[in-house]
Amino acid sequence: MKVQVDQSKCQGHNRCYAIAPELFDVDDMGNAFAIGDGVVEPHLAEKARLAVANCPEYAISIVE
Amino acid sequence: MTTLDEKSIYGPVTNWQTDFDHADPSYNENAHEIWSELRGTCPVAHTERYGGTWLPVTHELVHEIAYDTEHFSSRGVVVATVKPSDLPDAIPAPIGGAPPITSDPPFHQDARRILLPAFSPKIIDLWEPEIRLLCRELIADMKAADVVDAATQFAQHIPVNVIARMLGFPPEDGSVFRGFVHDVLEAINLEPGKRAEAFMALDAYVAKQVQDHIDNPRDDLTNFLLNAKIYDQPLSLQHVGGSIILLLIAGIDTTWSSIGSSLWHLATNPVDRRRLVDNPALMPTAIEEFLRAYAPVTMARVVKDDYNFHGNEMKQNDWVLLPFPAANRDPEEFENADQVLIDREVNRHAAFGLGIHRCLGSNLARLELRVAVEEFLAAFPDFELAPDEVVKWSVGQIRGPRELPVRINARTL
Repeated sequence: MKVQVDQSKCQGHNRCYAIAPELFDVDDMGNAFAIGDGVVEPHLAEKARLAVANCPEYAISIVE
Repeated sequence: MTTLDEKSIYGPVTNWQTDFDHADPSYNENAHEIWSELRGTCPVAHTERYGGTWLPVTHELVHEIAYDTEHFSSRGVVVATVKPSDLPDAIPAPIGGAPPITSDPPFHQDARRILLPAFSPKIIDLWEPEIRLLCRELIADMKAADVVDAATQFAQHIPVNVIARMLGFPPEDGSVFRGFVHDVLEAINLEPGKRAEAFMALDAYVAKQVQDHIDNPRDDLTNFLLNAKIYDQPLSLQHVGGSIILLLIAGIDTTWSSIGSSLWHLATNPVDRRRLVDNPALMPTAIEEFLRAYAPVTMARVVKDDYNFHGNEMKQNDWVLLPFPAANRDPEEFENADQVLIDREVNRHAAFGLGIHRCLGSNLARLELRVAVEEFLAAFPDFELAPDEVVKWSVGQIRGPRELPVRINARTL
């Protein structure tokens, strides 16, 4: 399981970074990106799903 | 400080579908009921007031307009008796009078990137100790009383102080800022000439502060803007002044409203208040839920050219209100949309807008809101609305309590 942030959609709401700082970080402009290669350890799967479900711009997706 | 003689040029609203007025005092007070009714009858209300204004109330339509910069311009973002197209010396799109909030693509993104780093989460987080200290000082001044006004004695001062410190403006000018904010955002239905006077006073105040920063440079946002470049050129003084006006106006009423509404909810919902006191781990979801349910900010757009929007014949230069707070209450988008659930885990709210104009200060606003609620609850775990006193709501596009009398040592539970 991996998370991805679509940079063309992210507007820097920072909801993912607040919910799952283990999975997401933000750059100097406040835009989010997935940490490393986006791999989600099983114990963080629920946080990953919440990050997807709370993004106002629908910018985050999960790829299995 | 109120600088204007306040007299609306319009009468009271009798029909919200065909003659709404967001500056009618009953609008913000009954906003949720009005939006709910409109959602069921027409999803886009209209009024001839302000030279023609539209009000879509569903999440889907608000979302569509927020993303559509081809047909809708941000050149004017406060619906009032003066339109940008009425002002002969107004700065036209794509720059507008207060970049980047009044800017359109492609200029918008370049102006926005100048300010984004200063408001990114890691830079904003550094302000937390100072904001907490400020809240504690305000609370210390209230503790001896039985009844305090949580809006005017507490909530209001937090964003005013923080933005004054960021810009390097005199902290004692807080009441001056609040006067300008009121004139720009609440005194919107006056004769156009009076409104122009208020803007001239604001421009003159900002020009004076900017000149002081040119003469005496220091390490703050004003000098940062004076040193910033766009397209390899220093920002024009008009751009610097416009961006400062944006930060001053957009950062104050909005956050003040959000803190006030959250405290209003906790004053009127003792079960939620007790849950938050007993279980502070609920704070992150509670804050997002307050932002959803009591989102303070309705933005606006100007119709670029005549445009048929889902059967609504919009005319060039018509206003369109973008009520993100109404989108946040749309049952098509949110389960139990009208219930405030402080443990709501799935909450894709649009309190900070959608699309390219996402609130630049959202990280700061969220921090101020969380720290203010934490500190108020820590000091006054049992507060409630003061009996026999009246809560007064704002008028205009920013919704929140302007007077919030609470009894701080209530013992209801």
